[in-house]
This record gives sequence, C-alpha cells and structure tokens, in this order.
Amino acid sequence: MGLLGTGILKGLSVTLTHFINTYLEDFKYLGKKAGIEPRPLRRQSPKNYGLVTVEYPKERLPLPENFRNIPFLVRDSQTGEDKCTSCGICAKVCPPQCIWIVRTTDPVTKRPVPAPKEFYIDSTICMNCGYCAEFCPFDAIKMNVEYELSDYGRIKEMILDKERLTKPDTYHAAIHPTDWAREQAEKAAEEEKKRQAEEAKAKAAAAKAAATPAKPASTAPQPPAAPPQS
Amino acid sequence: MAETTPAAATPTPTKPAPKAAPAAKHTDKKPAGTLATLTPEMMVVQQHFGEALIQPAPYEGFLVTDPAKVRDVALFLRDELGFETLSNQTAVDYLAENAIEIVYHVSHIQGGKPLCFKTRIPRDESVAVPSLTPVYPGAEFQEREIYDLYGARFSDHPDLRRILMWEGFNGWPMRRDWKEAYYEGDTKPFDSRWPGGNHKLAEERVPWADNINLPPGFDPATYVANPDGNIYESMLEGGNGHDLEVPPLDTGADAVIGSSSGLKTDQIIVNMGPQHPSTHGVLRMVVRIDGETITDLKLVLGYLHRNHEKIGERNTWLHNIPYTDRLDYICGMANEMGYVIGVERMMGIKPTERAEYLRVIMAELTRIQSHFWAIGFLLNDLGAFYTPALYFITERDLIIDLFESVTGSRMMCNYMRFGGVARDFTPEQLARARELVFERIPRAIDELERLLSDNEIIKARTIGVGYMSAERSIAYSLTGPCLRAVGVPYDIRRADPYSIYDRFDFDIPVLYGGDVYDRYRIRVLEMRQSLRILEQALNQIDQTPAGDIQAGKKAYNHRVPAGQTYARVETPKGELGFYLVSDGGQNPYRYHVRSSSFINLTSMREMTIGQKVADAVVILGSLDIVLGEVDR
Repeated sequence: MGLLGTGILKGLSVTLTHFINTYLEDFKYLGKKAGIEPRPLRRQSPKNYGLVTVEYPKERLPLPENFRNIPFLVRDSQTGEDKCTSCGICAKVCPPQCIWIVRTTDPVTKRPVPAPKEFYIDSTICMNCGYCAEFCPFDAIKMNVEYELSDYGRIKEMILDKERLTKPDTYHAAIHPTDWAREQAEKAAEEEKKRQAEEAKAKAAAAKAAATPAKPASTAPQPPAAPPQS
Repeated sequence: MAETTPAAATPTPTKPAPKAAPAAKHTDKKPAGTLATLTPEMMVVQQHFGEALIQPAPYEGFLVTDPAKVRDVALFLRDELGFETLSNQTAVDYLAENAIEIVYHVSHIQGGKPLCFKTRIPRDESVAVPSLTPVYPGAEFQEREIYDLYGARFSDHPDLRRILMWEGFNGWPMRRDWKEAYYEGDTKPFDSRWPGGNHKLAEERVPWADNINLPPGFDPATYVANPDGNIYESMLEGGNGHDLEVPPLDTGADAVIGSSSGLKTDQIIVNMGPQHPSTHGVLRMVVRIDGETITDLKLVLGYLHRNHEKIGERNTWLHNIPYTDRLDYICGMANEMGYVIGVERMMGIKPTERAEYLRVIMAELTRIQSHFWAIGFLLNDLGAFYTPALYFITERDLIIDLFESVTGSRMMCNYMRFGGVARDFTPEQLARARELVFERIPRAIDELERLLSDNEIIKARTIGVGYMSAERSIAYSLTGPCLRAVGVPYDIRRADPYSIYDRFDFDIPVLYGGDVYDRYRIRVLEMRQSLRILEQALNQIDQTPAGDIQAGKKAYNHRVPAGQTYARVETPKGELGFYLVSDGGQNPYRYHVRSSSFINLTSMREMTIGQKVADAVVILGSLDIVLGEVDR
C-alpha cells in the first residue's frame, strides 16, 4: 500500500486539479467561447472540469424546453377565445386534484357550452406532474416555465383563477417552439384534410348533381336547374 | 410470469367461480378471483402440513388457514426449502369479508420468483398472528408497520409499538373504512372538482373538519404528553431484542460493553435527531451510551409519514406514477419503473422496445447519480464536509440536467407510463447521454477513487465499522449494495430479471468486508457496472424506431383487471417492491410499497451496538436511506 499518507496526497492532488482547472477553464472560455456560448451554460456543460457555480440571480441557466411548472391556459390570439372546452379531462387526470372547473351553461337552453365559466388551479398543491398538458385533447393547457413563484399570501395569490391562468398562444409558441410546431403541423394537416374532404364532398356533390338530373328527368317533367355538364 | 397472470382455473375440486360472482357485487368489492395454481414448492408445503392447512389462495400463493401455524410454515420454508429471506410482509383489508389478510413474500437468496403465502385474521383484533421475527428478524419493522396501520397484532414480537404514526394515535389508518383528515371521497377523481367546481381550501371544504378522533376517556386539558415514555422505558429494561444480549442499564459491572478500560460508568440515553444533519432527513435515533460506546439503539420513524399507501389507494392507477417519485426522491425514475412494471404485468401489456431501452437508460443513470449522492454524503457523515460531496453533486447535476431536458423535471420526473414512457430522447439528448456515459462519468468515477479509496483517514474510520455478517444480513432482509458488500450476490436485475436486463452483459459486484468501507467501494463498482449497461443500451437504442415509445393507445382511465402482483426492481437502495391488488376498478384496492430504505434500517440496531456514537452516524450514511421512502 505504500507509505502512510500517500492516499491523502493522492486525494489532495484531485482537489488541486480542480482548483487549477477552474482558472484554465476561465482562460479557455475567455479565449475562445466568450460571446458564443453563454457563460453559465459553459460552466455547467460536461466539458467543464473546473468550477461550476452560476451566480444565480445575476446569471441564469437557460431552461430546457420540456421544463414544467404550474400550468397555464392557452388563448387563441387569432380568434381571441380560450382553447379550453371544459371537458374536464385535466381535472380528472390531476393526481392531487388541484384543478376545479365550472362549466358554462347556456342561459336559455340550460345546456352546457364548451367553455369554462370558472377555472381554478390551486398552485399550492399542484405537483407539476404535467398530466393535464399531456392528456388535454385540445392543447388548451400547457406547462409554464416560470419558477420564481413565491408570494405573500396563500389564498388570493396561490389559487390561480382563469384570468391569471390564461396566456396568449404567442407565449406558448415562444416557450415551447417544438410543441408549437407540432401543433401547427397537426392543425395544418387537419385543415388540409378538411379541405380535401370538402373538395371531395364538392366533387361528390357535383357528380351527384351530374347524376341526379338524369333520374328526376325521367320521373319529373320539370327540367334540371343546372346544366348537366362539368 | 406465473404469479401475475391470474392462473387459469385449476382442476381442483373446490370451486371458486360461483363463490366469486356474488362477492363482486359488494360496494367495497373484494378482488375475488381464480385460485392460484400451486407451484411444486407449494405442493411440498402442502404435503408436509396437510391440505386442511395449506390451500391455494386467490391469484397468488397459498393460504395458511390457521394463523397460529404461520411461524411453523415459515420455519419449514426457511429451513427445508431454503427461502432464506423475507422480501415483503404486508396486509390487505378485505372489508366485505371482515378479514385482514397478512401477505408474506419469501425469496431464495440465489434468486428466482418470490413465494407468496397468506393468512387471514378477523378484523376485530381478537386473533394475534405469531410474529415471524424469530424466523426472519427482518419482519420486525414490517410487522410493526402492519400493527400500526392495520391493527393486526403479532404475538411474541419483541417491540410491538406504533412505528409510523405517533404513540397515542387512535385508529388504524390503512383500513378501508378509516377516513383521513379532510376526507373528500373514497377514490379520485373527486366529483366535486368537475363539472360543479368547488374551489375551496381543504380546511373549509370538508364537513369532517380535521377529522380528529380522540381516544375514549381522553381529556386534552389534563393530558400530559409523554409519547416517548414507552421507548425510554423499554431501553432501560435492556435485553429487548431478538437474540441480542443487551444488559440492563444500571447493573454496575455488567454495563461495560465495548469499554476496554473496564471502568464502571453510568449509561445515559441520548436522542440523536430528528433535526440532525447526519440523519439524512428527519430520523431520530435514541441511543443508550456508555461513554462513547453505544449499548443500545432504537429508531424513531414517521416524521415524514404521509400515508403514501392510503393516498395510493385513493388515486387512480395513473395518478400514482408521480407519487412514486416522492418515495425515494433521489432516484424517482427507479421507483416509477417498479410501479409501472407491476401495473403492466397485471394489465398484460408490454412496453415497446424503445421504451424498454429508455427505461433502462434512465434507471441506470439514476443509479449512478444516487450512488454519487450516497458516497458524497457518506463522506459528509465522516466529517469531510462538502468537498467530496460537492464534487460528486457536480457530476450528479450533469445527469440531472439530462433528466430535466428529457422529462421536464430534475427529480420528480414522472417519466414512465403504462406501456411506455412519456417522451422520447431527441438526438441531441442522446448525444448528451453518450457524452456523459462515455466521457464524463468514467472520468468522474476514476477521480472519485483517486480522491477517496486510498485515503488513510477514510480507511481508519470505516474499515471494520458497522460490520454485519452475511447470515444476519440475509435474515434481516437487507438488500441492495449493503447486502452485496458482505458477499451475497443478490440483485433483482439478475435474481428475478425484469425489463430487458437479461440482454445486457454486466456483473453483480460483490465484496466480502461487510463494513462501511466495502459499502462505499461496492457502490463505486456498481457505478462502473451501470456504465457498462448504459454503454450497451446507448449503442443498441439506435436499432429501435425513434418515437415508438408507447405501446397501444395513450390513456388516462386505465382499468386494471382484478388480480394481484408483487413486482420488484433493484433500485440504488435495494429491493423496491410494489404489492398491488386490483379489484378491476380504476383505483388500486391495495397499494403497498416494500421500501428498501425502511427494511434496511431494521438491521441498524445490531450494526451499531458496540460501536462509537460517531460511527452510528457513519453506519447510517453507509445504509444510504432516504426518509421519503422510509416513512412513506
């Protein structure tokens, strides 16, 4: 095993390496990467063998896109309407049951209208699991990236109502570009499908229109409204 | 898997089917089902004890019809059939049948499926079950837990007190008819949330108010709290152990255990914790010391108890996944994996190939970061404050960053789903994982060894400390790295393979010292083996189609077929088991967590007696417990 104390010296060489590496990394960073790669990101990358500290309130690490915290509701900025249809899946799938929804009912017919009248999330018991966003069939609820959430009160401040929860979809697009692109692609595909379906329908209607005159022509005496050519 | 799929109706003359049908109509319906087929081992038991005593139980295992005979059966299983360790012991409350079922799972230490046996006692506490502590000392805490939560009594138990709830608590909280504070409904989702909506705080919402149920004859005005009376008194008496010779406190010359000088000294009782940085959370150790030497030790648990299992039975199957993250919060995804595998077995679904690989990658990365954490904080307990710990936390943080970028959260990942995982790795994330596994972590482990392994101070402080023999470790149901550090190659990944671990080439490292030093070194070796698995998994994952991460359709309202299963996985702390019983509904009928941290603590007492006070802290550090999992 060797001389007593060699193990400690070997260990101390590790701490010394860490000490030296910190300065080497800083020089390397100033020499090459400054201005290209943000400093906190460099500090916390696997390539850095020196000091890892990020001076938090001054410096901030960029958040990954998947990062999730208390959810928010998405408002379609084109139509100005909430995407939520108050189907209630988020309330059912929420493990701590922190979502409460009141449905809107039509004052005349007393039938439910697909929009929430009230929508609450108790952010004190929300466990940020992301199920509501994952299982929402309308992409109406998404996870936020804000993480500095402390406040002075518990009830007014922490139980978020619909007004405080709603954010425009531009915000969602800004923080979740990949998810947004997927949504847009799905929307485009759906519209394309709809357009095609409509085209096919129009075609079918036209074909029907082409076919029908022959039939009634034989039974009914009046002439067809449209000329049977296409 | 024989014990998971409800075995096809056996050609036994007893007919279970007609009996099962009416029982299913009950409101609190019993998960009645087909009887299990007896395995050859069970048949041996049946031949030995007779068919009157040993009968096939529903779904899994056999039923010991006379609870008084349980210890004989256990002794036979241990001595004749070689089931050396008690993996799991729990209870299920069958309200409709007025019975509490005690469920035991025993295992061969060489591996294989656990063997399940059960016994039934009436709910009115009239019958006591013989304690299994003389056969399996590892039953001590588990039986205390069953007593605490279900009110089942065990005769001849050395120390049958409440363990998770406080002394003086009235009621048995895990029973089906027990309502917790702010009780709102038996099962989630609660009706009040939708579509009516009821946005009140729990305190204002519930007619049950805080649901405090005082014992009869209790007057808060005159009550003098002495909840600890029992524990201190029991420690004064001495000898309160299974086969541990602990002398009474004030017997003069006898009270010099471990004292080399032979001086006659007074022994005193000292509380370590619950608020103590060395106890890794809120754990209290009550130690009786003779000078610096510990002559007796008892653990007081439950400071972090939130009745995870009760919450689990209120939840739907899906709701439980993020809750399992909160068990052992250092390695959330390992816990998720155990639970998800259990439910998948009951549902009879298999995850996709890519999901299996992603799970293994996540589980092994979790193991590495947990071991980094464990070693870092073991060094903290030794007095090397934060230099080593912070070096390892740096490495751990890189892994956690990867978790965050994939799953969205650093520790509460909520990543696994029934039949798959939540998100796929992007190519960049895979590249980051490869960079970590092939470049960064191997270097970090080398550095860790350079820093610590040869350090003379660490060796002086850890070699020979907290030794426990292999036989005692097995008897105490010790699992995980601590067991492998005494030369028992028991690792669920090999002993009872799950997921796709049988595809990978890796070893189960074993050391023979059984002391704190070997528990440290075994973790280093295990990290290297995890890296081997990760290298293979990261090389093979490209052969699976990207994005194919969910088998079947993604659903939120799973109905799990009636049945029961005991699914276990090897987490960084040891064997984590989920004993799940389904009655075919949306919620688990029984959701039990066999927590390795909790059961590993059973052996703490024997490890520390005769050691110094400062060593108790180190021994606790070497066991690597997480209080979230201990107290549940």
